[in-house]
Formats: sequence, structure tokens, C-alpha cells
Amino acid sequence: MLRDIALVCLADGVVGVSYGAISVGGGLQFWVPVALSLLVFAGASQFLFVGIVAAGGSPVAATVAGLLVNTRHVAFGLAVSDVIGGGWRRLPGSHLMTDETVAFAIGQDDLRQKRAAYWVCGIGIFIFWNLGVVIGAAAGTVIADTDVFGLDAAFPAVLLALVLPALRDRSTRTAALIGSVVALAATPFLPAGLPVLLALVGLVFYRSGKPVAALEAAR
Amino acid sequence: MNNTVLLGGILVLAIGTFSLRLAGPLLRTRFELPERAQQVMSVAAVVLLAALVATAALTDGQTHAGIARPAGVLVGGVLAWRKTPFVLVVVAAAVTAAGLRLLGVP
Repeated sequence: MLRDIALVCLADGVVGVSYGAISVGGGLQFWVPVALSLLVFAGASQFLFVGIVAAGGSPVAATVAGLLVNTRHVAFGLAVSDVIGGGWRRLPGSHLMTDETVAFAIGQDDLRQKRAAYWVCGIGIFIFWNLGVVIGAAAGTVIADTDVFGLDAAFPAVLLALVLPALRDRSTRTAALIGSVVALAATPFLPAGLPVLLALVGLVFYRSGKPVAALEAAR
Repeated sequence: MNNTVLLGGILVLAIGTFSLRLAGPLLRTRFELPERAQQVMSVAAVVLLAALVATAALTDGQTHAGIARPAGVLVGGVLAWRKTPFVLVVVAAAVTAAGLRLLGVP
């Protein structure tokens, strides 16, 4: 598990370098991508934020777009709150919540392993991501485009590999498939972040019973 | 660019994102959820991650992502399904996409 987490941390670090370089290359000052990475620590919303601001858009629009992309963390938080633990741990634990940490935690068998995976992955990614961003922002336009290395394909593959065990359950698979189709269908028409949230309608097809109450709570 | 406005935007995004992340753990300690609801929460996270995989693999902004990226993710997915070690899954996905691009595939 440690080796797997290390690989994801390294990949995140490389994307961080690229993000820092893109931001500075787009005309933003050094502190902007660095502050976003430390304080927001959510890759997709950070790319969106600097993309909008660097293109001359308003910081207000960039903030709203970033928040929209990050709304999925509410549902993640409901799913991994036991993994994070109680008391003071909830504060750093919440800040470390990313797609990767949640996926790693879900992929483990018992609570002890889930906890270890969540914290090791969270702290590791936080260090590598921020280091990468500082290096990228300082170096300028070294690696502007990580697509050349296929990293844009590596990240979906990471998440897919981590959720596959959960998808062996038939009912979960149905919900995930329907949710994914809904998200894909909505993508051309809705701003970033909303399509993925819409995928939660897939939960209606998770067995029968009271999925509506769960949807309310996950909102 | 006005630095104060920019910093304000960053701080609001930071505080807002932290609140969204903290909402789940805070809600869960206030209300004891029934077993079934907890199960649905876990499935909700899987559904979200699956939708992220689908949109990240197939779309770029509001258009499609070309061929190289979905092909890479597909190769990774098949290897993961056949229980190939995680490292190979990730490397194979990246190499497939990078290789196709090298050959001029978008």
C-alpha cells in the first residue's frame, strides 16, 4: 500500500510542478498558486481558479467556480468521517480530504487500514503537491503540459483502480454506471463540478428502500 | 490585477472549501445515522468517484477528450480488473496515452 501511495504522491507532485508553471506562465505572481495550494488544496478547483483569473476573468467568478467544483467533498466527508476520527483530528483530516485520499481509504478492508491509508496518503500528497507547486512556480515554464507524459490518463486510472473492488458489488455498480452516464450527459450543458454531483441520482438505483433520505443527507 | 481582491477570492475559496470538507465529519458526530444510511454514504462516495473517472477520462472542459486519454484509462481499467499491481496499472495508462500522442493521435 505504501508503494502505491508513494506513486500517487509522486504523480501529484509532477502535476503540481505543471500547475505552478502554468499559473506563473499565465501572468500570475508567485504567491497566487502557492497560497491556493496550501490553503485550498484541491487540484481541480485550483486549475479552474487560475485559469479564469489568468484569462482576465473576475476573482469572484473564479471563487464561485472553485467552490462549485469542491461541493463533492460534502458527500466524501459523510462517507469517510469514521476514517478521519473524532475531536481535533477532524480539522487537519478534513483539509487533507481529496479524491485520492478518499479512494485509497475506500479501497482498504478494515477501519485501521482505512485510517492509515487516509492519513499517509493525505499527508504525502499535501507535501508533494505543495513542493511541486513551489518548484513549478519558481521555475516558470519548464513542464507546462503534463499531457505529454500521459498523466491526464494516469489520474482517472488511479481512481478507477481504487474503486474497482467496490464496483464488484452489483448494486453499487449499477448506481455508479447510471451516475456516470448522467454526469457525462450533463457535462456539455453545466458548469464544471455540477455534472459529477448529478451522478448522485444513481443512488436511487442502489437497491430499493429509502435512497431519497440518503440523497437529502448527502446534499 | 488587484492583489487585495485576488487574495480575498483565494481566502473565500479556502474557507468555503474547508467548510465543505468539514461539513460531513461535523454532521456525522451530531446525528447518529442508521446502518443503512451509512452504507448509502459509502456508495455515494463510490458513485462520485466513478463519475469523476468517467468525466475526467472522456471529457475536457465541456467537449470530448480525444482518443489518447480514454484509451490510456481503458488500458489501466482492464489491467486493474485483472488484478494487475497498482503501479503497473498507473504506468500503463500514462504510457498508453503518451505513446498514442507521440504517434500523433489526439
